[in-house]
Amino acid sequence: MKTFYRLILVSLLISPLGISQPLGAQTIGVSIPAATHGWTGGLNFHAEETKNRLEAANPSLRIVLLTANSASEQANDLEDLIAIHNIDALVVLPFESAPLTGPVQNVKRQGVFITVVDRGLSEPNIQDVYVAGNNAEMGRVSANYMKQRLSAGDNIVILRGIPTVIDDQRFNGFMSELDGSGINILDDQYANWNRDDGFTVMQDFLSRFPDIDAVWAQDDDIAIGVIQAVRQARRQDELFIVGGGGMKDIVRRVMAGDALTPVDVLYPPSMIATAIELTALKFISNVPISGEYILGSPLITPENAEQFYYPDSPF
Amino acid sequence: MTDRNFFSKINLKAAGPFVALFALFMIGVLVNDAFLSVGNITNILARSSFIGIVAIGATFVITAGGIDLSVGAMAAFISGCMIIIMNALSNSIDSSIVIILLAILASVLVGAFAGLINGLLVTRAKIEAFIVTLGTMGIYRSLITYMADGGTLSLNFAIGDIYSEVYYGDLFGIPYPAWVFLTIAISGYILLKKTVFGRHCFAIGSNEKVALYSAIHVDRAKTITYILQGICVSIATIIYVPRLGSASGQTGILWELEAIAAVIIGGTVLKGGYGRIWGTVVGALILTLISNILNLTDAISNYLNGAVQGIIIIVAVYLQRGSWRKSN
Repeated sequence: MKTFYRLILVSLLISPLGISQPLGAQTIGVSIPAATHGWTGGLNFHAEETKNRLEAANPSLRIVLLTANSASEQANDLEDLIAIHNIDALVVLPFESAPLTGPVQNVKRQGVFITVVDRGLSEPNIQDVYVAGNNAEMGRVSANYMKQRLSAGDNIVILRGIPTVIDDQRFNGFMSELDGSGINILDDQYANWNRDDGFTVMQDFLSRFPDIDAVWAQDDDIAIGVIQAVRQARRQDELFIVGGGGMKDIVRRVMAGDALTPVDVLYPPSMIATAIELTALKFISNVPISGEYILGSPLITPENAEQFYYPDSPF
Repeated sequence: MTDRNFFSKINLKAAGPFVALFALFMIGVLVNDAFLSVGNITNILARSSFIGIVAIGATFVITAGGIDLSVGAMAAFISGCMIIIMNALSNSIDSSIVIILLAILASVLVGAFAGLINGLLVTRAKIEAFIVTLGTMGIYRSLITYMADGGTLSLNFAIGDIYSEVYYGDLFGIPYPAWVFLTIAISGYILLKKTVFGRHCFAIGSNEKVALYSAIHVDRAKTITYILQGICVSIATIIYVPRLGSASGQTGILWELEAIAAVIIGGTVLKGGYGRIWGTVVGALILTLISNILNLTDAISNYLNGAVQGIIIIVAVYLQRGSWRKSN
């Protein structure tokens, strides 16, 4: 299989398409996970959109977008970006932190400008620019809202994502903010960031606990499943749901003032656009850009929902 | 001695899955009072119908010595097709019922055709079923991601509202998906046990060469098992789509392995030649029960859920296969 891909790559390389780069052009390589679920779908949408916009505005700029299905595939992509596309800058959202630290370091050794997005590398000296959301803050903002709405003795259930660092950061942020409030956590279970598991886990929570005051779904795909389960049990009047991410379907509900999903917490897939734009600035202008950019996780409320609503995005 | 006599009298091979189901049921009762609530039991029945219906199709494929890894991706692809068709028709046809019926018809056609492709590639192109269906699995999985633009396809709200009755509605207190599951199981049982085609499946799975020399149309029968599998996937999809009204690249992930697990737990032999529909039904119920019980207790760390599932699956199969059964 690998040989087959290599053959395709080689044939692309020797075809005129592969070497159509104008002289003096700058190339930015973008390596991100493939669109396997809602959030990465949004990530791909914003990456593609930014590529088209920047290339149209700057004829001397070329952006190569590669998507990977696993950490090892992403490492291969990085090699290809150097060997075939001869990139000047790299924007990378690592599949996993530790396994990709070495491969990104190798790219850096070629004198390439490195922008790391969302998931930090194990070795922070490698990156020139770091753009990320703040998972711990996302948990804290969600818990803070719970504290405003609930009082001591009220009950929450939590649906977690996939057991990963991201999920732990969100969960720990939430728990530390909630600490001392007297609000009970009835149970937490993994719902794997998808709608079907959100639905079944919530169904079981509803059979198990007669009194639930709020649900922290921490992801909008999970939240969609939770909404259906709550409706099926006809308990939409006794609880509310806080998701996370900023999916358009949920933002639309918040805008409409739905009591079941009164707010959402942003964790924007458009951060990839921020990262590509920043990296492009290096070639377009002379402004200093190196450093860390941590995007906030604001609470999306009916008042401000409009500014977080992307009707064209798949997420 | 008396023990041996006891074991040789009851057919443990047939009773094994039922014993495991009963044991799990008892564990559920002990773990949480909510387990026996009407709401929870109907949830379990409705949930197990997806994997159960797919697994009934898989029972035919596996009995005839084949395997189909594409079912999960196929379910996602068919869900996507149904949603796109219904959304497109919502502009030109007024009656939601007509739109839903057309989508159901399309679903069965797509499922049967997808099964036919798998079957022809196995029988005519002479490629191993494992490779053919691994390939089609990748194709359908990419197609649904492409159709959804990497995101999620959502069903038109007005149609979804009417269609949702198919999943959430019930007859005599039993949810519709469970009735569909039961109907498919009875039809599957008759087809596998009481017809010539069913006997041919057993014969082909036992020894394909001998079946061929016995004037059985081996290629035709094998192709039909894949078509049946495709139709079963489409029926599972027809009751899956109304649940959440959406399809994405995540839909039906690992259904193929769950369906195969249900079939094997039920006593069908993975290398073919012997199949049991009721065992498969019990196998699907067992798989659903495991995750339901794990959600009803916090006695076991979340991180270990997969380990518990693995142990129960192995024990369930050991109950009917283990060497302790042999009296000599």
